[in-house]
Amino acid sequence: MTAATTPILRVENLTKCYGATCILKGASLTLGKGEIKVLIGPSGGGKSTLLQCLNCLVQPDSGEIWLDGVRIDLQSKPDLYRLRQQVGMIFQDFNLFDHLSALDNITIALRKVKKAGRREAEERARIELDQVGLGDKGHLYPAQLSGGQKQRVAIARALAMDPKVLLLDEPTSALDPELIGEVIAVIRNLAAQGMTMIMATHQISLIATLADEILFMAGGDIVEQGSPARLLAPGNTSKSQGFCDRLNEISDGG
Amino acid sequence: MDLSPFYQDLFTSLNRGLLMSLALIVPSAAGGVAIGVFAGAVRVFGRPWMRRLGDGYAALFRGTPLVVQLFVLYFGLPNLGLYLSPYAAAVIGFVLCSGAYQSEYVRGALLSIKSGQYHGAQALGFTGWQTIRWIIVPQAFRRSLHGCGNEIVYLIKYSSLAYVVTCMELTGEGKTIAAEYFRFTEVFAVIGLYYLALVTVAILLLKRLEQRLAIPGFGQH
Repeated sequence: MTAATTPILRVENLTKCYGATCILKGASLTLGKGEIKVLIGPSGGGKSTLLQCLNCLVQPDSGEIWLDGVRIDLQSKPDLYRLRQQVGMIFQDFNLFDHLSALDNITIALRKVKKAGRREAEERARIELDQVGLGDKGHLYPAQLSGGQKQRVAIARALAMDPKVLLLDEPTSALDPELIGEVIAVIRNLAAQGMTMIMATHQISLIATLADEILFMAGGDIVEQGSPARLLAPGNTSKSQGFCDRLNEISDGG
Repeated sequence: MDLSPFYQDLFTSLNRGLLMSLALIVPSAAGGVAIGVFAGAVRVFGRPWMRRLGDGYAALFRGTPLVVQLFVLYFGLPNLGLYLSPYAAAVIGFVLCSGAYQSEYVRGALLSIKSGQYHGAQALGFTGWQTIRWIIVPQAFRRSLHGCGNEIVYLIKYSSLAYVVTCMELTGEGKTIAAEYFRFTEVFAVIGLYYLALVTVAILLLKRLEQRLAIPGFGQH
C-alpha cells in the first residue's frame, strides 16, 4: 500500500493504566487512506483498549491523536464528539439500541448528531441497509434479528455517519460459525470500496487476506508489525506466524 | 328507584369528593413521575453534589410519614409566613412524596441499562446529554413502567390523607356523612368501592400505555 500524503489517523504514545496495571504502554500507529491494519495477539494484550482509546471511548492517560492532520484536544468534549463522529466503531456485541428498529438505529444518529431531517435520514439509512443486504429488515427490532444481521445493522449505522476510519473490535467473535460468513462478506466489500479500517480479530481468513499490515499486540505493546506476506511467510518464526498457526490448529481441530 | 335520604346525601357527597380526589391524583401522579424521572436521572448521572442532593431528597421523603409531611406543609409553613391552601398543600405533598418513590424506580431502571448502549451512542458522536435523552431514558422509562404504575396505584389510595389538611376529597366527604348518620360500615364500604373503581381504571390505563410502548423482544429475556 502506498503511503498517502497525510495519514487519516495518527496516534503517538497512547497509554492507559488502571491503577498499577498498564493495559496500554505507549502505542503509536499511522493509518493512511484506504489502509487496513489488523490487530492480533492474545486476550488481555491491549487490542480492545487501543481501539477504544482511538476514539476516546476510553480516555487515554497520555498520548496524542491526529485525525486527517488535525490534532484532537483530548480534554475538549466538543473535540471528542467531532472525533467520534468521524471514526466509526463496530463492537463485538453489536450495541444496537434495543428500543429502536434497525432503520431508526441508523436514523437516530443522523438526526440527533448530524441534525439531518427525518426524510433525508431515512433515505440514507435505507441505502446503507441495502448495502449490507438488509434492505427488507429495516422495520425489525434488534431482538428480532440474528447475530449476523445485528452486526450488519451496526456496520450500516456506522457507515451512515460517513466515517473516515472504521474501528472493528472483534466483529465476528460473538457470532455463531454459520453467521460469520455474512459479516465477513460485508467487511470484504468495505475493503474493496477502499474503507480505511483497523480491526482486532481472530478470524484467520481476514488476517491473511485483508490486512495491509499486521500489528501483534501483547502486554500492552505493539511487539511486532509488518505485512502478512512478510510475517506469515512460510518458515518465518514471527510471533504473528505462531499465533496464526495456533488459530489454524483450533479451526482445523474444531 | 328512589334512594333513601341517607344514600342520596352519601352519593352527592362522595361524587363531589371523587372530583376533588381526581383533582388531587391526576396532577400529583403526573408531577410525581416528572420529578421521579428528573431526580432519578440526577441521582444516576449528576455530578457528585447533585447526586447527594437527590439522595437526600429521596431519603427525606421516603423516610418520613406522609402525614407528617402534609402537616409541615399546611400547619408548619405558616410559621415561616408561607400560607398554602389545603388543596395546594396536599398536591405539593403528594408530588414530593410520590416523586421520591418514583425516582427510586427510575434509578433502578437507569442502572439496569447495559453499558454497551452508552458506548454505542458515544461511538456515534452523541453527547452525554443526547445519550441520556435519546437512548437511555426511553429504555429505562419502559423498564420502570411497572414500578411507576405501582406507585400511582398507591398514590390513589394515599390521596385520602388530604383530608387531614382539611382538603375535602372522597374520604373526607364520606367521613362527614358517616358521622352525621352514624353509619360507618356502609359509608366506608362504599368509599372502598370508589377507590377500587379508581384503581381499576388506573390499572387499565397503565396496561394500555404498556402495550403502546411495547417493543418486540424488549425487556423479555
